[in-house]
Amino acid sequence: MSEARGTTRDPGLQPERTRLAWRRTTLASTVVVILAVRALLHGGMPAVGVVAGALCCLLWLCFLWLAHRRIHALAAPGQPVSLTPRHAAAATLCTVAVAVCAAVLVL
Amino acid sequence: MPGRGAGRVLCVSEFVRNVRLWFAPQEIREEGGTPDYRFSLANERTFLAWLRTALALIGGGFAVDQFLPDLRWAWRAGLALALLAAGVLCALRAVNHWVRTERAMRRGEDLPVSRFPALLSLVVAVVAVAMVVVVLTGWEG
Repeated sequence: MSEARGTTRDPGLQPERTRLAWRRTTLASTVVVILAVRALLHGGMPAVGVVAGALCCLLWLCFLWLAHRRIHALAAPGQPVSLTPRHAAAATLCTVAVAVCAAVLVL
Repeated sequence: MPGRGAGRVLCVSEFVRNVRLWFAPQEIREEGGTPDYRFSLANERTFLAWLRTALALIGGGFAVDQFLPDLRWAWRAGLALALLAAGVLCALRAVNHWVRTERAMRRGEDLPVSRFPALLSLVVAVVAVAMVVVVLTGWEG
């Protein structure tokens, strides 16, 4: 990946840092989903909670897919393309939806 | 105060325009020139850092609910919901600020300033104090 960029490689390693930032963010979302599953297991598995928990896992997969696509785009040879607003909005909506599921699980 | 009211209306219409931009990437590309990709990537990393802050607040909401089980239900749910709401605000603000910064860079304007970091620090401080009070008093109740 980095070899493909060859001599035009950015000495500030900006694409690499951005890729790692995406990885850190997926890691943070993984912790949140684990806490959600823990809340579900300790809450006696009510039907609404199971739906919210399943939705949390689904949203986590969505976020993983978004991050994966972005990481791929950044790893491509040549000048990296910038993030599209739609991509950013999708990542944000995943986070907001997880918060809504969390509210359902907590109450 | 008509001046302040007009300012607020302007603020709301600006926000609606920004929300439209989230889903219309081609529109942002039409404005101004493409900035150095390194600036765009730095902006993206800032956006991700704010998103992580939002995720941490959501995780904090879960933690209050799960790791303070001796607390009265009203206190626990209230604190957890406050943290979750802060997380939602933080995530929405992250994408909004990203769009504003991206546009400012394209137009060659000054980067947008924001009161949000100060507000968030105050909210986190208040929640932390509330948590201390709750843990000290809630155990007896």
